[in-house]
Amino acid sequence: MLSVLGMLFDGIAYGMLLFLMSVGLSVTLGMMNFVNLAHCSFAMLGGYVTVTLMNDAGWPFFATLPIAFVAAAAASVVLERVFFRRFYHAGELPQCLLTIGIVFVSIAAAAYIYGTDQQPVQLPDYLQGSLHLMGLDFAVYRLVLIAIALAITVLLVVTVEATRFGAKVRAAVNNQRMARGLGIDVDTLFAVTFALGSGLAGLGGALAIAMLGLDPSFALTYLIYVLIVVAVGGLGSIAGSFAAAMLLGVADLAGKYYIPAFGSILIYVVMLAMIMVRPTGLFGRR
Amino acid sequence: MQKVVIGCAGAFFGLALAALGFYPAAAADAIKIGLIMCYSGQFADTATQMDNAIKLFMKQNGDTVAGRKIELIRKDTGGIAPDVAKRLAQEVIVRDHADILGGWILTPNALAGGDVSAQARKFMVVMNAATSIITTKSPYMARTSSTTPQLNYTLGTWAAKNGIKKVYTMVSNYGPGIDAETWFQKGFKDAGGQIVGSVRFPVDNPDFSAFVQRAKDVSPDAIYIWVPGGAQPAAVGKALAERGIDTNKTRILGQDALASETALKSMGDGALGIITVSNYDFNHQSKLNAAFVKAYNADYHRNPDFFSIGGYDGMHLIYAALKKTGGKTDGEDLIAAAKGMSWESPRGPMSIDPQTRDIVQTVYIRKVEKVGNELLNVDIDAVPNVKDPGHAAK
Amino acid sequence: MTTQTISGPHAVLQAQARWRAAEIAFWLATLLPFVLAPDYLVLASQVAIAALFVLSLDLILGFSGIISLGHAAYFGVGAYTAGLVSVHGWGEPLSGLVIAGIASGIWGYVTSFIIARFRHLALIMITLGLGLLLQEAANAASWLTGGFDGLQGIHTWPLFGKIDFDLYGYTAYSYALAVLFVVFVAARRIIHSPFGLALRGIRENGARMPAIGASTHSHIRTIYTIAAVIAGLAGALLSQTTETVSLEALGFQRSADVLVMLILGGAGRLYGGLIGAVVYMVARDQFSGLNPQFWYFWIGLLLIGVVMFLPNGILGGLAFAAERLKAAARKRPPVSAP
Repeated sequence: MLSVLGMLFDGIAYGMLLFLMSVGLSVTLGMMNFVNLAHCSFAMLGGYVTVTLMNDAGWPFFATLPIAFVAAAAASVVLERVFFRRFYHAGELPQCLLTIGIVFVSIAAAAYIYGTDQQPVQLPDYLQGSLHLMGLDFAVYRLVLIAIALAITVLLVVTVEATRFGAKVRAAVNNQRMARGLGIDVDTLFAVTFALGSGLAGLGGALAIAMLGLDPSFALTYLIYVLIVVAVGGLGSIAGSFAAAMLLGVADLAGKYYIPAFGSILIYVVMLAMIMVRPTGLFGRR
Repeated sequence: MQKVVIGCAGAFFGLALAALGFYPAAAADAIKIGLIMCYSGQFADTATQMDNAIKLFMKQNGDTVAGRKIELIRKDTGGIAPDVAKRLAQEVIVRDHADILGGWILTPNALAGGDVSAQARKFMVVMNAATSIITTKSPYMARTSSTTPQLNYTLGTWAAKNGIKKVYTMVSNYGPGIDAETWFQKGFKDAGGQIVGSVRFPVDNPDFSAFVQRAKDVSPDAIYIWVPGGAQPAAVGKALAERGIDTNKTRILGQDALASETALKSMGDGALGIITVSNYDFNHQSKLNAAFVKAYNADYHRNPDFFSIGGYDGMHLIYAALKKTGGKTDGEDLIAAAKGMSWESPRGPMSIDPQTRDIVQTVYIRKVEKVGNELLNVDIDAVPNVKDPGHAAK
Repeated sequence: MTTQTISGPHAVLQAQARWRAAEIAFWLATLLPFVLAPDYLVLASQVAIAALFVLSLDLILGFSGIISLGHAAYFGVGAYTAGLVSVHGWGEPLSGLVIAGIASGIWGYVTSFIIARFRHLALIMITLGLGLLLQEAANAASWLTGGFDGLQGIHTWPLFGKIDFDLYGYTAYSYALAVLFVVFVAARRIIHSPFGLALRGIRENGARMPAIGASTHSHIRTIYTIAAVIAGLAGALLSQTTETVSLEALGFQRSADVLVMLILGGAGRLYGGLIGAVVYMVARDQFSGLNPQFWYFWIGLLLIGVVMFLPNGILGGLAFAAERLKAAARKRPPVSAP
């Protein structure tokens, strides 16, 4: 019984990670129908920024996180202005080709700059080990992860639900043409949202490396997981991505623990079942 | 309009392939070694480490053997891709007139390469891939890395003889992991140990805390863990720390990759006490190794690992065999020269088994300890002259 | 008037179906490697196999609008079937090819019932999920598939009992090219048939087709099954000519590669996929030969460059340029006709 709770805790922490890495993609896909397969490249960038600052410049772990966010957001703005914006109306096939090309370039660039090896990530002592509460072990890092992810979720929800900017974003996701008709500058709005989404991916990447490791293939390895979260959650839905990430995080871990022989299959089975029942995702409208 | 387009396209199709035919041929008298490895993709770092060692060997020993120049032709398989590996092997032989096939990091690729080696009668040196059966694929093949049974059977026997009675095993659920599990359990049980539980987890497993908890629940004397290199050893280390495993009470056993240099850096003090089996570590204490590590660091600013040593000794074998044949490159001559060859490597004494063409070497049992400020694998035992038990089993 | 309206669409289809001189030139050009690049025939054989695989994807994606990120599943089923038939004592290539095509066709037919119900992102994820599931299943069933190490012991008998598969790839390329050509002719016929026209209707507007009395789902099931057969043939060719099959035959990477090749060449044009396969495979071979470690960078740049300047793929871009030239030529002479 206790281990079920432990399992839930671990699964939720893993889910939070998936959520941070995928929420940006969900919103941008929902708003512009732009298929950005390079989303995890931004996560990878965040990871490398954190590793560099920690290992080479001796920064404390937490101080690197905002930089990871800013770096990924800045890189995404450049790419958005130079490449992506030309393809908003080009259909999904050219978008796939463009962003896969960017993934390839990012992988090669990372290998060239940082080498092909795993980056060592040594967390500070106070983030290691676990807390004993009510007879359960709670890993400190997972607690921190959940806290950060929850804080960001609240921030996101408040931004989207209660600010003027959020209202515009919601309008653009719901009906882009109508939003334009109302005088909302959807292009600029999208650029900002895109930067925020990529920044979150960068932050997610920075937080993920301590659990998932970091090497140049990161940009492709976790792309599938991110796509799954987005599809199951529903395009453009923060709540959907959150629920999907929790569900998949817990299902993945539970499956691997209770039926290890089929553990790797379970996440795909859950995804297929969810999408067959709700093709537009948990909270998707389209 | 379609006409023009398709006509252009057709001409392009032909010319694209045809244009490839007009490359200048390289000097004819050089001995060419086709290095077929996964230079890009998920396993790229393995290839990097091996390639570094190969370059170092050639720097130290010159690029001329028996009066003939040695030329390397590097080909990338991009990961597990036996069809590509086989094509590249065919191409380096047919097109580039390679005399020797080297590299071979992944088992499926090496198995496919073995077919080409047999068909074309070319000497092939497997410098990493560790599944036992590979060397049976071609009579012209030798291996300079290690085999999974060689390391894990030895570890199993050693554990049982050193006070460990009950072991829980956990491995990645695919070929190499299952191979390692089989041979560790066999070695352990043959020497009187008892397996109290085992689990195979999915290959792409990002989180191991659940499995460590499972093992902890049955309180064994030791947990045997096999995961592929890369991100996973560090993840295992984190799970051990989170689940509060005391490595003095519950020993952690594993193969080399579990305590690789990067893994130790990421794990921190949580790694203390992990016992692994390996054929090589940069911390192995010998004069030869100290010089090797120093030279390697001077050129590549990092430490060599067991992938490096496979490449380094692979080149040694090729050079030594060529010296013996006087520069003759027939598959028959070279493999005959390689059989039974023995030499002193930075890893210790090693030789090529004349029957199986597989490697015979000292297998080391190491424990992670803190030396100064650094976590290192310190040799605590060594088993000399270990042959591959996989071949003997047949 | 009435006769015209009846014969109209048929005449259009017939006109489209006529073989053009340029097409004949294309196929003649595929013979050039035998003469001009005999050292590259092994590569050429794998290019032809990739082209066949891309053709299969073009039928569903390019002509029917069914996007897939898991098409390697059918390639893999064909590859494993051909391999297993050979391992169990029957290495005759042509019959092995047919058996593999049937097996992947059956799997295609079964899955087509799911495929036909979805579109867009849901479809991408379902094809992806089904592909990954199958790969995991093949990993688990290592008693059958050989698991991670790949299937061992494949031996392909000589073609027609006489022609051995040589190290230089003469047989492999001839065999793969012949199969590619035959399948291409068949695919071409399908595209230029009324059924093919209906498929394009589904691609353009899937909701309206049932309104004019066309059964969308059954059309999709049919073309999906046909595409699965072709993908299976491609897989079988690869396992027969290389005598290896491993789990990556079913993998995500292969599904993504084939998608990239198709978009690169230009989807929805029979020759687009073929061109894409040639460009991608040759570029990859050359870049990785020049720079084994960082060739991804150059292939990435190639993709970005193509999509920036030729958003409809190489063939799409060429067709556009040709049309512009023709339009310019048409404008120049003064119009004399009434």
